[in-house]
Amino acid sequence: MNILVCISHVPDTTAKINFAADGSALDPAGVQFVINPYDEFGLTKALHIKEAQGATITVLNVGGPETEPTLRKALAIGADQAVRINATPTDAITVAKSIKNHIQANAYDLIICGQESIDYNGQQVPAMLAALLDVPMVNACVGLTIDGSTATAKAEIDGGHATYTANLPMVIGGKKGLVEEKDLRIPNMRGIMTARTKPLSVEEGLSGGNTAAKAFRKPAAKSAVKMVAPDQVNELVRLLHEESKSI
Amino acid sequence: MILVFVESWNNQFKKASFEAVSYARNWADMAGCSVKAVVSSGASNPESLAQYGADSIATLELAATGAGMAGQLSTMMDGVQGVVVAGTAVGKTLAPTLAALIDGALSTNTTSTPSSVGPVVVERGAFSSKGIETIALSEGMPIVSFVPNAIGIEEKAGAGSIESASAAGTDKVAVGEVSVASGKVALPEAEVVVSAGRGLKGPENWGMIEELAEVLGAATACSKPVSDIGWRPHSEHVGQTGIQVNPNLYIAIGISGAIQHLAGVSASKTIVAINTDPEAPFFKAADYGIVGDAFDVVPRLIEELRAFKAAN
Repeated sequence: MNILVCISHVPDTTAKINFAADGSALDPAGVQFVINPYDEFGLTKALHIKEAQGATITVLNVGGPETEPTLRKALAIGADQAVRINATPTDAITVAKSIKNHIQANAYDLIICGQESIDYNGQQVPAMLAALLDVPMVNACVGLTIDGSTATAKAEIDGGHATYTANLPMVIGGKKGLVEEKDLRIPNMRGIMTARTKPLSVEEGLSGGNTAAKAFRKPAAKSAVKMVAPDQVNELVRLLHEESKSI
Repeated sequence: MILVFVESWNNQFKKASFEAVSYARNWADMAGCSVKAVVSSGASNPESLAQYGADSIATLELAATGAGMAGQLSTMMDGVQGVVVAGTAVGKTLAPTLAALIDGALSTNTTSTPSSVGPVVVERGAFSSKGIETIALSEGMPIVSFVPNAIGIEEKAGAGSIESASAAGTDKVAVGEVSVASGKVALPEAEVVVSAGRGLKGPENWGMIEELAEVLGAATACSKPVSDIGWRPHSEHVGQTGIQVNPNLYIAIGISGAIQHLAGVSASKTIVAINTDPEAPFFKAADYGIVGDAFDVVPRLIEELRAFKAAN
């Protein structure tokens, strides 16, 4: 079984986000980049499948050379090989088209993406990829079992859950629940050593796109919190009604 | 015309459905065109969409999944200048699938109506609510998926003519068991969310949280540690990697306010934090705060809110 795990290279959750002075892009100075948390659940799920029934795991990122340490980390965690599609990922549909080209040249049975990346929060690439490939897709996937060429996937829907079955190949937009947080792995020394010699190939991607980011800015700073004494709860109710008009 | 997909659940429209029609009306007025709503043929009362600005309402037998519905919409693009979809669970699959099928320009997580329409420019949340992106939908069909509850509902009459339509769409997955908690407010769409964390000390103490939620007509939620240790179901976990919420009012009780939690709630319009620790980071993200014991404050809050509801 061939599994492709798509990985985004994103600012760490705790990073302070700043934009370039002209607002054109993220200012990466001082920002630590990590594997997108949603993708970590997908990578670990792929490792579980590999351990249970055998598989080859390829990790893929669309980005510049600066993203290679993130791919090496995925190799250290246990992926077998890595592909970097050399392109600046500015538009989800262009990213999806680049990944589609790679998939069509290589046979994958299962494509696992995180449901979204924590940088642009688009939640677009997995569904676009499935549409371009004309294969099934389950988003917000919180459980997956593979039996031969059939997948059973549990997904979050508004206010509950649904279970779907589909034939492979398919695309998963995954999140926590695919595996649990405690199952996530950090690379050990042996993994880090072997990751250095695992194959990492570079393919050229597409550029341009249908959308264009015009500017980025930070949300307006919140005004200071108004504290209410614990024995003045009626005052909180008044503020929520008269001031914030929340109730 | 602006085409708006209008979702229904058990044949009833959702609040986000009316928001979608309002959004489309606003866009159509800027572009000087009409609004066509696409609804399930089973939906009750489709004519009600006219009061939010639908000029025509096409009813059709919809596919079961967002991807299947996108396939149907992709065949209905004649004369369409733009598409609006609410960012619900269905919409989050439908919109990108449609964008790929017709090579459109998609903004998801959208938090504003268009500031211009040539090309369409909107604002969207990025970097887990730490940034706002202004994006131009420059090439191909503009498609907007907006965050439910981020944009209001406006009553504005449209012609509201109903026509029945048909469009082929194939579901590529088979839908099995579907379980949705009945009688409870669904978390992603809730206008008020009452959320609690480890400060509650144990799952047996959630009675007062549920009672407070009931008084407010709110959905209940929890922090990640609480779902990880099994006090509450995973489906209640809000924050990064959990559910992201966008209510008018978010009340955080006994939650310290880790950055991963704030990433999922900071789009809330008003935040109340109740915590025993005056240094809890949540107070920096909150509009109103009470330093106090939940077991003391929450019962009082329930009592005060009941009195308020009775008087208003």
